Amino acid sequence: MIRDVRTGPAPRHHYLNAGHGLASWFLTKDHKRIAWLYFVSITGFFFLGGLAATLIRLELITPNGDLLSSDAYNRLFSLHGIVMVWFFLIPSIPTTFGNFLLPLMVGARDLAFPRLNLLSWYVYIIGGLFTLIAAVAGGIDTGWTFYTPYSTLFANGAVLAAATGVFIVGFSSILTGINFIVTVHTMRAPGLTWFRLPLFVWAQYATSLVMVLATPVLSVTLVLLAVERVFGVGIFDPSLGGDPVLFEHLFWFYSHPAVYIMILPAMGVVSEVVSCFAHKRIFGYRVMAFSILAIALFGFLVWGHHMFVSGQSIYAGVAFSLLSFLVSVPSAIKIFNWLATLYKGHVRFDAPMLFAMSFLGLFLIGGLTGVFVATLALDVQMHDTYFVVAHFHYIMVGGAVSAYMAALHFWWPKITGRLYPEMWARVSAIIVFAGFNLTFFPQYILGWAGMPRRYHAYVEDFQLLNVFSSAGASMLAVGYLLPLIYLLWSLRYGAHASANPWNARGLEWTVPSPPPEENFERPPRVEHEAYAYDTDA
Amino acid sequence: MAADQDRWQLLLFPDAASSVAGSVDILFWTMVVVCGLIVVLVFTLLLVLSVRYRAGARVDRTPSPKLFNNRWLEIGWTLPVLAGFLVFFGWGAALYVDIFDPPARDGEDVRQINVIGKQWMWKFQHPEGIREINDLHLPVGQTVELRLTSQDVIHSFFVPAFRIKQDVLPQRYTRLRFTPVKTGRFDLFCAEYCGLSHSGMVGKVVVMAPERFQAWLQRRDRGESPAREGERLFRQYGCSGCHGAASRVNAPDLTGLYGKPVPLESGETVTADAQYLRDSVMFPSRQVAAGYPDIMPSFKDQISEEDLLKLLAYLQSLDESSRADAPRQKETDAP
Repeated sequence: MIRDVRTGPAPRHHYLNAGHGLASWFLTKDHKRIAWLYFVSITGFFFLGGLAATLIRLELITPNGDLLSSDAYNRLFSLHGIVMVWFFLIPSIPTTFGNFLLPLMVGARDLAFPRLNLLSWYVYIIGGLFTLIAAVAGGIDTGWTFYTPYSTLFANGAVLAAATGVFIVGFSSILTGINFIVTVHTMRAPGLTWFRLPLFVWAQYATSLVMVLATPVLSVTLVLLAVERVFGVGIFDPSLGGDPVLFEHLFWFYSHPAVYIMILPAMGVVSEVVSCFAHKRIFGYRVMAFSILAIALFGFLVWGHHMFVSGQSIYAGVAFSLLSFLVSVPSAIKIFNWLATLYKGHVRFDAPMLFAMSFLGLFLIGGLTGVFVATLALDVQMHDTYFVVAHFHYIMVGGAVSAYMAALHFWWPKITGRLYPEMWARVSAIIVFAGFNLTFFPQYILGWAGMPRRYHAYVEDFQLLNVFSSAGASMLAVGYLLPLIYLLWSLRYGAHASANPWNARGLEWTVPSPPPEENFERPPRVEHEAYAYDTDA
Repeated sequence: MAADQDRWQLLLFPDAASSVAGSVDILFWTMVVVCGLIVVLVFTLLLVLSVRYRAGARVDRTPSPKLFNNRWLEIGWTLPVLAGFLVFFGWGAALYVDIFDPPARDGEDVRQINVIGKQWMWKFQHPEGIREINDLHLPVGQTVELRLTSQDVIHSFFVPAFRIKQDVLPQRYTRLRFTPVKTGRFDLFCAEYCGLSHSGMVGKVVVMAPERFQAWLQRRDRGESPAREGERLFRQYGCSGCHGAASRVNAPDLTGLYGKPVPLESGETVTADAQYLRDSVMFPSRQVAAGYPDIMPSFKDQISEEDLLKLLAYLQSLDESSRADAPRQKETDAP
């Protein structure tokens, strides 16, 4: 029965045929088209970062550094980190699904500042170009963390170009954040109260706050770094009277909240998907909304947990450890609420749900191992080992990227007006889940046994697990390339989607697929929240 | 097959060769068990709920409003999680403080070793004067205190079998105290990315039975102890011209200074620990002792890290009674 409602006639006029030619895309002020500009660009960066990861995993099959030189290896993991963090993960869900869906979900014609929205894409692209130039001009070997005094005095390579790229792309985050905050505050349709907002909107809102408050700190830090590298002013360099640990503080003051910039939108996506595919109101809506805000707030207070062995005061370490434990409580609450949502639901296992279930499992493991590294005495062993690498990949790839894939499949019919091939999508979800665990679970064991990260060559005892990890990475590559193929295929050959193929309740499903340029024919009046599933189930 | 078994053994239960390693392992495995049970619980709930309530299944779905808006349910799963986390926090924190700020035990014979990290090697000097590169020989059972500094970028001293790690910073002394309890050869890694040959900045910590260690000491060319060499350097760099007993210049007397409080011109008081003495040589105007003119020249770029550590050993030897019991926190907090 549900299958029948998936397809429907294509609307005559929609945002995709509202204009033709390059100018209609590159000068568009339509949030839906700007979302496409981002889709295409972040996908490019994702596969660039993925290519670097592939070469890293190939190198690590053998303990001796024999495939690449140390220099090439160091440049590859730096490129992988910089591209994946700043040019894929941070913009991923907000700039694509956030851009596309936020106005639809709040019942608005567009974001509050459409021109600013287009500007933030151009800023992103200019930042991306600087980073690509840095990569082409020999790359950099500082790691994505740019630790001083290595980055200021010792690294050779295009450090300034890369730092400039990251500095510029920060403004793109800030502009997007401001746009979202103003939109949520001022553009909600009549009747759409704060507690009727979808959790996806809450998540975008909290993420935007973090972007606006944290990103300037990174910008300032990178400027200081450039001032030191160019003019030799002692800020972080101890031989000039500076303090390298100060750089670590400033860097993580941004970069820890940046993790929440990646994971909060993912939590928003999963809330929408779980509720829709359980056909059930999200359990504990208010608790879910407040826990998003709590995570965003506490996320600012835990940066020192990256520095337990850095030489900072050990009693500061104790305080940061406690705060890190506290930030994991709201995450735990969310997991239980998602589970409780399934109770007495009508659960369907379409690809978005499979990706969301992957998220749940992988985020759980990533979160619990986060508790390990928040535990002071254990972090002494695990800091800067593969345990940490595995932990943050479980959060950022297992969590954030799985949620991105869930969102991609869930809203694909809305965005493109086409259905994707369900069978292939389920296959991809399963391959990604299996491949991910095979890649990253062995790294926990490697880290516990003491294998440091960023090692081009390693001791022989670690080889077996590294071979597992590289085998998993090849599965992961298949799992991520598959959607690229079938989604592109569906753009041309997929069946036309109906307005609401998933029988969902959110406002975005009340408009045709794909939506018209103006989103809503007349401004909607909202009578209930986005999870009114129990009324007819 | 047996070799394979050994390999897994080594990965899952790596050597626990320091006095703290066993306690760290107990904490680790307790958390593995508890968190493993949580993973099993959540995965089971996820599968059971989603399969039982799959679309089309004929099961009881009568609404249960009591359950649905139940504040106690939310509190019921929040509090145990919070309580469990607090237990792990406290346990981990206590152990961490124990590792990095161990209580000073009177009369304990602590072996003080100077460590310099540089791209891409480890340099050690024993109290007897013996130097080593990348390998560090130690007697089992004796507590060791490393005084670590870097000649260039940040490194990190990491011996997985000891479950210890400490970043090594330029222009800064950090310290690390541990007691090896097992003999053997253990991997030493640089854990903080430090450039081109970061993964080549590795070595071995060789822990030997005391009598074998004594034999090893005998075999090695000892040279002079760092303190003795420091005494010579104290004259060579001209320090004694102002700080020597016979000097007429108004400069602080350094005898017995190590570990004592120093009132500063600015009104503050600092402890004359390794970091303070080091900064006074490199950046003399930064913290001028009260009552003395700011006339000391900086020795920045004129003195090597090795020589500085030897000078420090000499100053420390001027008052043996205060050796190695200066409060650690002051040292790691600086600058």
